[in-house]
Amino acid sequence: MDAYLTSLLTFVAINVTLALGLNLITGFCGQVSLGHAAFFGAGAYAAALVTTAGHPFALGLLAAMATAGVLGLVVGLASLRVREDFLAITTMGAGFLFLGFVRKQEWLGGEFGIPGIRPPFGPEGMAILAVASALLVWAAGIAVRRSWMGRIFLAIARDEEAASSLGIDTARFKLAAFLLGTVSAGLAGAVYAHVVQLIVPDAFGFIQSITILAMVVVGGIGSNLGAVAGAVLLTLLPEMFRFVDTYKLLVYGGLLILVMHLSPDGLVGIARRLLGAVRR
Amino acid sequence: MSLLEIREVSRAFGGVVAVDRVSLAVEPGAFLGLIGPNGAGKTTLLRLTCGLERPDGGSIRFDGRDVTRLPPHRRAQRGLVLTHQVVRPFRDLTLTDNVLLGAAREFGRDPLRALATFAYRDRRAEAEALLARVGIADFAGRTAAEVPLGILKRMQIARALATGPRLLLLDEPLAGLNQTEARAIGDLLTRLHDEGLTLVLIEHNLAEVLRIARRLAVLDRGRLLAEGEPEAVMRDPAVRRAYLGEAA
Repeated sequence: MDAYLTSLLTFVAINVTLALGLNLITGFCGQVSLGHAAFFGAGAYAAALVTTAGHPFALGLLAAMATAGVLGLVVGLASLRVREDFLAITTMGAGFLFLGFVRKQEWLGGEFGIPGIRPPFGPEGMAILAVASALLVWAAGIAVRRSWMGRIFLAIARDEEAASSLGIDTARFKLAAFLLGTVSAGLAGAVYAHVVQLIVPDAFGFIQSITILAMVVVGGIGSNLGAVAGAVLLTLLPEMFRFVDTYKLLVYGGLLILVMHLSPDGLVGIARRLLGAVRR
Repeated sequence: MSLLEIREVSRAFGGVVAVDRVSLAVEPGAFLGLIGPNGAGKTTLLRLTCGLERPDGGSIRFDGRDVTRLPPHRRAQRGLVLTHQVVRPFRDLTLTDNVLLGAAREFGRDPLRALATFAYRDRRAEAEALLARVGIADFAGRTAAEVPLGILKRMQIARALATGPRLLLLDEPLAGLNQTEARAIGDLLTRLHDEGLTLVLIEHNLAEVLRIARRLAVLDRGRLLAEGEPEAVMRDPAVRRAYLGEAA
């Protein structure tokens, strides 16, 4: 396959993985997170540290998921007592903390990051790995959606107090959502680090967190298919129109406002209404 | 042994004492009406009982065990279940799906089991039976956003029943309903009580409470003023003075 297309497919798949993971936390369970890039970064750094030390890639992959998951549980625990705006600010703070920490660490390469990360496969192999990761998280998302866990997430997202009155341990389920979502981000991070082969702190900043959130919202918050559609669209848009890349924040910000006003359930909502209209 | 035993429970918000050393026991099979003027502390007492508020002092025992420090979901797991005054449906779900969520109690403490269990559709028949039991089977497929308040009030009772309650705490289930609807829900509660459910009811519709409750407790300014058989309580001069504003 064309080298450009291979690389494009890889990045689309990585973003799909990230968006599906965040959709578990924010879409299904209703816990707004503005710090998702931190878990992506934690996974990237953990995997890079492991493989640059000469250990096998599989170990790096596991380390990435474990690190991101543990960090996710910690942030989840810190977030249990806060809701909505306060939760958004807490997760945003966690993102900044991560960045501030990584930038000052000699052993993580400081501002210059970690270079010389050797990929386990060639570009096509990495593309297949990225797509496989996305499919795995997609399958997990579908499993959650169809199980009692999905039902309980929905109840918590709609009305936490009512959910707890029904005998649901909301804290435990919110932590489960954070764990699943952040482990997915860690997986994406490991793949990303070995695709770009050089990771720097700035790749995991606030803008990245907002980009992932925009993918989920534009696609249709709370829908697996929406997260996939949003991630594909927002990855391809800057590729097709260069100006989008230059004015990324402006375009994403505008898209977020537009979607919230015109179709709060995103692209999936629009598609659903169109289908409904056609059937009628 | 009492099913619910509230002992010397207090709760203040800022300088306002909402519940002041209230002691109250509910026997298995009881149907207790909790009445009192606005601001008497009824809703706070109910929220303390189900764990949505923590008391400043005193203890709450349910089925012989101290639940004072347990969070609401742990109390609900044991069968101490509240229905809220303002109905809180999951609006975009059908009534069946709303009621179905009551059965989530079974998985409420175990995310792994919840993830491993797909078969919630199998429980649909149970949820529909509960909707029939509260008399709204015809609305099963409608979303909560589409149906009137009276139907939602019944749905909320069905959803609470789906959790398998041993004691149902009802916060103004008749509020906002017209006389016919209120009477119908009153009859429904009587039927549930006859079937063996223990009920505690807060209600401003005094006529309906007097018709259906078997015992009354009166709160005034956070304190328990009287408790006993409805007629005896309503004859109590202190109750008439405080609650009805009559000169005794």
